[in-house]
Amino acid sequence: MTSEASLSVARYSLTAIVLHWLLALALFGMFGMGLFMTDLPISPLRLKLYNWHKWAGVTVLSLSLLRLIWRLTHQPPALPEGLVQSMPRWQRLAHHATHHALYALFFIVPLVGWAYSSAAGFSIVLFGVLPLPDFVPADKALAELIKPWHEISAFAMMALVFVHVAAAFKHQWISKHRLIQRMLTSSHTNQP
Amino acid sequence: MTFSNFFRWMLAAAFTAQCFSASAQQLIPAQSEIVFVSKQMGVPVEGRFQKFSAQLTFNPSKPGQANIAFTVDMASATLGVKETDAELPKADWFNTAKFAQATFQSTGVKALGAGKFEVSGKLSIKGATQNVVVPVSLTQAGANTTALGTFTLKRLAFKIGDNEWSDTSMVADDVQVKFKFALAGVAKL
Repeated sequence: MTSEASLSVARYSLTAIVLHWLLALALFGMFGMGLFMTDLPISPLRLKLYNWHKWAGVTVLSLSLLRLIWRLTHQPPALPEGLVQSMPRWQRLAHHATHHALYALFFIVPLVGWAYSSAAGFSIVLFGVLPLPDFVPADKALAELIKPWHEISAFAMMALVFVHVAAAFKHQWISKHRLIQRMLTSSHTNQP
Repeated sequence: MTFSNFFRWMLAAAFTAQCFSASAQQLIPAQSEIVFVSKQMGVPVEGRFQKFSAQLTFNPSKPGQANIAFTVDMASATLGVKETDAELPKADWFNTAKFAQATFQSTGVKALGAGKFEVSGKLSIKGATQNVVVPVSLTQAGANTTALGTFTLKRLAFKIGDNEWSDTSMVADDVQVKFKFALAGVAKL
């Protein structure tokens, strides 16, 4: 085996890679935005950010759906050689559980946000022009019930994102399994 | 006072009361509503006034003699959300400390046929007065008459949502006002 061949890593498809990083960026942006805007006093800025957050949320939801369909119809690349064998059973379970839970939360977080908006009596009008349906009725009691769950699910998602990133770094730099290359397009890396 | 005198007096009082109720019409507030719909970044947001009253003299067959006056308690406005309700009385919005009431005074009523009328009048909110023409359709069931109508006002003409809120890309200038008034004592259409 040539050294070049041993350096090459099976990668995700370009679509999967683009969706992964785009949504990663969006999730961090949305999380920060959510923390910031909810502390604002009532003002045009608050109103603007809330609406942008909802528009972005619906966009993230659509991209997540696209991503899920892509993931279900495309075999992801095999894990780097030696990685699976080096992982204890609990790590393999955690690996699958984290990914499944993350995918579930990609849908739960925005859908709960959408439901809260509808229940609170504010239908979502995408980009200010396209009215979206309310799948729950405008109901104050229901809104109060839903309200905490958008935040709770978002924090749960970010906690899992932290676990995901920590695990990727651990495999990359501590176990040296060159895992992150699978999610990068560049064929040249600074890894040995 | 003899019994027959008392009886006569009662009869006269009853007669007077009947004449009075026949000449002026009453609003039944519990069955009436004034709803306003504003658009925030394209999202229709509904609010309502919970307290209002009316002075009405209206006979469908004599629209030219009609006199319709409404008074709306601006502090009774609600959007159903505690946080935004706290904003409405403020100076940029309704400024209820200075302008507690909004009023409507009719200047003319035109019959359009089939229970439809056109009510022209002066609408005063927050110290500004605008001429408005309001289409009203009446339906009757038993002794009760229901008046339904919708009209659009320009919020900035009344400085509702002033200063930082005057940007119409955030809150549209057009505000739709929808009303349903239950009226008693209106003559048959």
